[in-house]
Amino acid sequence: MAWLLLFFVVPMVYLAKMSLEQGLFPLFSFSWAWSNFSDAVSAYRPQFVRSIEYAGIATAVALAISYPLAYWIAFRGGRWKNLFLLLVIAPFFVTYLIRTLAWETILSDNGVVVSVLRDLHILGADGRLLATAAAVIAGITYNFLPFMVLPLYVSLEQVDPRLIEAASDLYANRVVSFARVTLPLSLPGVFAGVLLTFIPAAGDFINAQLLGTPRQYMIGNVIQSQFLSLRNYPTAAALSFILMGAILVLVMIFARSLGTDRLTGAGV
Amino acid sequence: MSAATPAAGLARARRPRRSLAWVRRHLLDGYALLALTYLFLPISVVIAFSFNNPLGRFNYTWQGFTLHNWAHPLDYPGLSGALRVSIEIALLSSFVATLLGTLIALALVRYRFRGSSTTNLLIFVPMTTPEIVMGASLLTLFLNWKIPQGFGTILIAHVAFNISYVVVTVRARLVGFDRHLEEAAMDLGANEVVTFFRVTLPLIAPGILAASLLAFALSIDDFVITYFNAGTTTTFPLFVWGAARVAVPPQINVVGTAIFVVAVGGMLANVLWQNSRGRRSA
Repeated sequence: MAWLLLFFVVPMVYLAKMSLEQGLFPLFSFSWAWSNFSDAVSAYRPQFVRSIEYAGIATAVALAISYPLAYWIAFRGGRWKNLFLLLVIAPFFVTYLIRTLAWETILSDNGVVVSVLRDLHILGADGRLLATAAAVIAGITYNFLPFMVLPLYVSLEQVDPRLIEAASDLYANRVVSFARVTLPLSLPGVFAGVLLTFIPAAGDFINAQLLGTPRQYMIGNVIQSQFLSLRNYPTAAALSFILMGAILVLVMIFARSLGTDRLTGAGV
Repeated sequence: MSAATPAAGLARARRPRRSLAWVRRHLLDGYALLALTYLFLPISVVIAFSFNNPLGRFNYTWQGFTLHNWAHPLDYPGLSGALRVSIEIALLSSFVATLLGTLIALALVRYRFRGSSTTNLLIFVPMTTPEIVMGASLLTLFLNWKIPQGFGTILIAHVAFNISYVVVTVRARLVGFDRHLEEAAMDLGANEVVTFFRVTLPLIAPGILAASLLAFALSIDDFVITYFNAGTTTTFPLFVWGAARVAVPPQINVVGTAIFVVAVGGMLANVLWQNSRGRRSA
């Protein structure tokens, strides 16, 4: 417990203090410099908006891909459920960076995907996939997919099939029984999955760095370079806090919009 | 299950034609196959390119098949050192995190103490904090305390983010624990220490094992938090990151594939073993 206190809470306090400091590396002095926050927001608004946008789209796509998959494993997997789950997780035992580099290979200008899309005239003759927003979003979607599939699976697995039978006995067709029984019962999983995907996605900078260009950079890239290259610690600290705050607010709005706060307890 | 199968639906309401029913029945199967293919697409690229014989420094286009990379997996400057650091940190940090996390989980489940709800929150929050924020805050701490960054700071950081996952995993196992077993041991004359080591520990051992494996996997794969706190020390993910800027040697793919095969092989064996055991007892 002391460890967490020492290496999670205390660093956070230091980060908070740092965010209110002023000066140039290595001389910072504490001065309640709230302007760090407003300056950071006005200077990096596009990256903030982009982070939320990319993470939001990636989360939505991941949900669309994962829900049928989790549904299939939960209801059709039978005895092999665990094996299919393993297959879902397996790709993520290849290091994150290597996976992303593999996407770089797949989407590269002389790769198969680009040439097929060019032949089909979906992409122009000099159209690219790499270094576009789509590539970055695709990378994020892929890299955080298990965080979506697993909670969805857990909640779908718990749905009692007798409830679905009961619905059809009561003359609900399959669409209705899905919409009125299965879907509502799996909402805690949706909530947890969206949360677990959105949070790391909003702070990610690896996909934007490897699959995008500075025009696709997200707030994570800014924090990273402010901290490690420019050594502008106060601005970086302020940005970190704004990111956390923004995520917190969005999560609360999301919890509210799903209609129930008890889901917060059930989820995650 | 039965109502969900098309056979039952066929008998009941609308009686669609058989071919249509077949398509409907297998639509989801086809979809799942596609989704799994998508998941494995980059992995197959990683594996395939580990056999590539690249001309330049970048391993992006296919040039020709070779076994050379597999015969000399660590034949690239800095790679073996980075890999060793990664493994050492993963072993140490998962051990420490498992030890501390298990104790916290025991305390949380067994006792109502002052601050236990705060503790619960404290366990939960690190998991919902973006990695970059956690990495940045730890770096600030180390800078303020003038602790030089390196092996030690990486280790501290890894333990810090692993503890929460250990607590959650072990706690899940403890919640379903039948305390009567402990009482029975005590009734039979065992003292508390003996009871703990002979009854409690063996019963929660699977949870502890799962937690330590999870911690190991998270630690060996971590990039962001390590990146902030590594100083000049290089772990395997950091090595890949550094390499990606100047060159991508196929040895990276070899090591990535090897880790993948070992991890998945182990899990696969476990799943198959449990499945066959389940069938025998059924």
